[in-house]
Amino acid sequence: MTELLQQLINGLSLGAIYALIALGYTMIYGVLRFINFAHSEVFMVGAFVGCYIGRLAGSVTWWSGFGALGAAMLVCGILGFIIEKIAYRPLRGAPVLNVLITAIGVSLFLQYGGQLVFGATPRTFPELFPVRHFRLGGLDVSSNQVIVMIVTVVLLVALQLIVKHTRLGTAMRAVALNPQAAQLVGINTGTVFSFTFVIGSALAGAGGVLYAMNYPSIDPLMGVMPGLKAFVAAILGGIGSIPGAALGGLLLGSAETLVSGSQFSTYKDAIAFGILILILLLRPSGLLGRPGVEKV
Amino acid sequence: MPFPRQHIALLAGIAAALTLSAFGGAFNAYHLDIAMTVGIAIILAVSLNLINGHTGLFSLGHAGFMAIGAYLSATITLFVGPQLTGPAPSAFATQAIFFTALLTGGLCAAFAGILIGLPSLRLKGDYLALVTLGFGEIVRVIFQNIEPLGGALGLYGIHPLTNFAWIYSGVALTIFTVSCLVNSTYGRGFLATHDNEIAARSIGLNTTRYKITAFAVGAFFAGIAGGLFAHLRMTIDPRGFDFSRSIEIILMVILGGMGNTLGVILAAVVLTVLPEVLRPVAEYRMIIYSLLLVILMIARPQGLLNFRPKKAARI
Repeated sequence: MTELLQQLINGLSLGAIYALIALGYTMIYGVLRFINFAHSEVFMVGAFVGCYIGRLAGSVTWWSGFGALGAAMLVCGILGFIIEKIAYRPLRGAPVLNVLITAIGVSLFLQYGGQLVFGATPRTFPELFPVRHFRLGGLDVSSNQVIVMIVTVVLLVALQLIVKHTRLGTAMRAVALNPQAAQLVGINTGTVFSFTFVIGSALAGAGGVLYAMNYPSIDPLMGVMPGLKAFVAAILGGIGSIPGAALGGLLLGSAETLVSGSQFSTYKDAIAFGILILILLLRPSGLLGRPGVEKV
Repeated sequence: MPFPRQHIALLAGIAAALTLSAFGGAFNAYHLDIAMTVGIAIILAVSLNLINGHTGLFSLGHAGFMAIGAYLSATITLFVGPQLTGPAPSAFATQAIFFTALLTGGLCAAFAGILIGLPSLRLKGDYLALVTLGFGEIVRVIFQNIEPLGGALGLYGIHPLTNFAWIYSGVALTIFTVSCLVNSTYGRGFLATHDNEIAARSIGLNTTRYKITAFAVGAFFAGIAGGLFAHLRMTIDPRGFDFSRSIEIILMVILGGMGNTLGVILAAVVLTVLPEVLRPVAEYRMIIYSLLLVILMIARPQGLLNFRPKKAARI
């Protein structure tokens, strides 16, 4: 029983990170209608920025930790802005496949560019926050896990507030609903697209730092698997839905940790894809999503 | 009634492959190896072109089909074959076993293709791409976990049975099958499904059947290519069939122009030979590939090697 609870805590902590990345996917898909494959590479860049800032700071304090987190979010936000401007904006209105292929191209470019810039060998991630271990009953909880969950909840609430209560958030929802109509009533869709990308990418950056804190070996290809799994989480929760992304992330993280604690641990990387195929066959709109109607 | 042109081309292709193979010793071994690698790339690219290019189902899991073909055919020639033929098989028996192995690998890949085609009845675009990607990864993880097949280390000691004749007969057969399918009355359904699925359905075409057929045929030839690859390289491992392998094949299809068989063949040749020529900049290869993808999509979406005029604008 204790072991199960312990696995569940580890799973929730992993799931919180998936949720952060999934939020970015779900926002970008909701507003721009395409899978941003490069999202997982933005996540990787976030981890590397955290790594460099962490080394720069020297001493491990709360300030250095949050500084690294903020820097990663800032750099990734700017990166997202640039990617949207250069790669995706010229393709506005192009067929879905062209955009998808471009996204794969950007993703590969960042992976292999990262190998040139950062080096291909894995490196260890420095400690950003002072680490403490709490014992609750028979459970072992590290301060890093607590930080991951708190940061995720704070960012989630902040995002929900932005989307529901600001002018840009309202514009985002309008564009997600109907881009043409939104443009007709005077919404600058270009600004909305950029804004969506900046926020989504900043969340991926935060996810990268948090992930590297708990799995402290980073390399330029580290984003691929978490990125894909986070996208599965976004689909599981219902793409385009913010609470759905959070729910999907938590469910997927828990499922994966439970499997890796069992005798089938070598299959843990296949779990997400199994879930993906099942959910697409049984309930393509996801757990919290609304089924769409195909228009001719 | 005259013999159809395509059949003549097929026979000529196989005859040429056999003849050239007979003189194989006259060629430089390095050049011969590159020529064989090119042949396998052509089979992969043309078969993927049927799924991605002609039928418009974006599949990111072609390496998965290749893996199934490679592993199954290698299993047959390594473990099943010797039990049937005894310790010292005749040359004919060896070739017969190899043929059976290739066919079995192809058929199993085709079956996997049908399985993965089923979700495509409900999904399209991004989602289908993701499911096929997931499928490719699942195949990889499964082969990584089958210890008798070498697990993560891979399978080695496979007999070197692939030669020039096998590969280029395969190339001729693949091009023949795909172009016959697409240019027949039946096969126009692939193009109709690609151009506008809803319209195709509303005039009574069974688009489901075309999609599944495309996946089955494409996967079959990918499986054959996998079998040929395994018996050429003599060692296979699950990592060799990962996402980046799929991307390489997709790049050939995109570079050649989706649905343009000749362009795709050309692209397969160029993308296989170029890295050999450009050894000094090998570490920039993937960066060049990825930039090529992005630039192509923005500047020349019909493909770099597609010189035909654009089709009539779609509404």
